[in-house]
Amino acid sequence: MRAAAPALVAFMFLAAMPLLAEFWGGSYVTGLIMRAMILAIAALSLDLLIGTCGLVSFGHAAFLGIGAYTAGIAITEGTTDLATILGITIGISVLFALVTGAISLRTHGVTFIMITLAFGQMLFFTFSALSEYGGDDGLTLWERAYAYGLFEFEHGLFYTIFGLLVAIWLLLDRLRQSRFGRVLLAAKENSTRMETLGYGVFGYRLTAYVIAGVIAGIAGALTANEAEFVSPALSAWQRSGDLIIVVVLGGVGRRSGPVLGALAFVVLEEGLSSLTHDWRLIFGPLLIFIVLFAKGGLASLFERRQA
Amino acid sequence: MSVLLATHGLCKSFGALTVTDDVSLELRTGECHALIGPNGAGKTSFVNQLSGLLAPDSGRIEFLGQDITNSSPAARANAGLARTFQITSIIPTMTLFENVALAAQARCGSSYRFFRPVHKDRQINALAGEALERIALTSRNDKLARTLSHGEKRALELAMAIAQKPRALLLDEPMAGIGSDESGQLTDTLLMLKQDYPLLLIEHDMDAVFKVADRVSVLVYGRIIASGTPDEIRANREARTAYLGDET
Ligand SMILES: Nc1ncnc2c1ncn2[C@@H]1O[C@H](COP(=O)(O)OP(=O)(O)OP(=O)(O)O)[C@@H](O)[C@H]1O
Ligand SMILES: [Mg+2]
Repeated sequence: MRAAAPALVAFMFLAAMPLLAEFWGGSYVTGLIMRAMILAIAALSLDLLIGTCGLVSFGHAAFLGIGAYTAGIAITEGTTDLATILGITIGISVLFALVTGAISLRTHGVTFIMITLAFGQMLFFTFSALSEYGGDDGLTLWERAYAYGLFEFEHGLFYTIFGLLVAIWLLLDRLRQSRFGRVLLAAKENSTRMETLGYGVFGYRLTAYVIAGVIAGIAGALTANEAEFVSPALSAWQRSGDLIIVVVLGGVGRRSGPVLGALAFVVLEEGLSSLTHDWRLIFGPLLIFIVLFAKGGLASLFERRQA
Repeated sequence: MSVLLATHGLCKSFGALTVTDDVSLELRTGECHALIGPNGAGKTSFVNQLSGLLAPDSGRIEFLGQDITNSSPAARANAGLARTFQITSIIPTMTLFENVALAAQARCGSSYRFFRPVHKDRQINALAGEALERIALTSRNDKLARTLSHGEKRALELAMAIAQKPRALLLDEPMAGIGSDESGQLTDTLLMLKQDYPLLLIEHDMDAVFKVADRVSVLVYGRIIASGTPDEIRANREARTAYLGDET
């Protein structure tokens, strides 16, 4: 329970955010928080790979691109129903994850990192080549998706993202403690032993890879709606790198890690970039500092040390 | 007594080094078949081929009448072929109980279950508890596996193998690194296991081998040079010069 507490506190804080923003910051703050929550969803999915499976994917942003472009293209073509958009996003994410996972999961270590990077870049160039949909420049959306009047309410989008974040956090938290989760965690430590105990490790990892891809795809579709703009940069390797940073910053494999990491990342990025254009020059050393002094990331600062 | 596990003309080389040289060997129901031989004779390589971690160059492996030569390690385990490792192979970051529960879980239906907390799974915990009852471990169940003593890690491997509800057990030097004080107790455990499971036992401890085994085969440079009852092997000159030396 203690490990989950920071995330639960963060959720309460997030739920109250639109109200607090009335007094300070307004739509600038709610927009920032929406971005943080979407980032948290993406980071949760990546931590399923890194923290639970021990698989460092350097191409996870590919799924953000899939979700964002599905939403972008659908809305441009006049399909604005959110359920439909999410349905298509999930379908494409499953297919892409099955194909790229079936190939990349046959490799290990650095090769896995490189191969996922290559798949991500492949998608980046594909999106860049979509000249009908903005090409390199990206695609501006003229409206948001429609969800049975949900978005008509003030802060409808905010609470849709919030609800999805909480639901996905709960889902992945359960998964980690399930039969399936235990197999993944054990295979991370000793996959040969798991094979000789009767577990086809590849199948379990592929399933996890698909689940992670679908969740990141959903995050991508939400990004398109929040920003009302999609661009190939969403699926570039830099974005995949950001996702890894968020996971490490928050604490790999920690229940509250991705949520804390995403909030900290967005706040730091926003704060530092308002100070200087070269904010990454400060961000890099700061990150190293945090990783050195809080080995388990921000989440570990809240967990009592085990004897 | 029927044949459970059999190899037919199994061969394996690493480059110029032949580690399995035309090995045909049987394990029958109710017996303990010991495989002995000097260091580097190819015993572990042979077990790795049986359990599917190493592909033979030629020959066949049959288990329960099925050809399993090309089956995956997981498929063999699920068919009932369990093994332990000469160099302890456990999940160091999980507790003693969780390690045994993982072995049990593979026998308790699908692990593609995503929501129910596994630590509350009665079926799994009961099977793991049974296995732990049979292999006496003095440590607490919630101790992390990596903090166990060497002897307890060896015992944990045995408990994991039992929790798999195996039809046959392959034990690769269960006494490796065990002191003489603990080896007597472990020999008793092997005698107890033999009551319930056919054992293919690889072991350097000759006292244990001659106490537990019904049949002994001697492997030298990947070849079986002698096979027979413990008494026959003790009397066999070739086996003695090749391996037993002064020990008998
Ligand atoms: N993957 C491998 N590649 C090359 N050579 C190997 C490999 N695995 C084992 N060998 C060699 O094969 C020979 C047989 O090794 P193996 O481990 O099967 O012997 P063993 O009978 O189990 O010995 P020990 O009693 O020391 O456990 C050794 O010389 C070893 O160095
Ligand atoms: Mg060996």
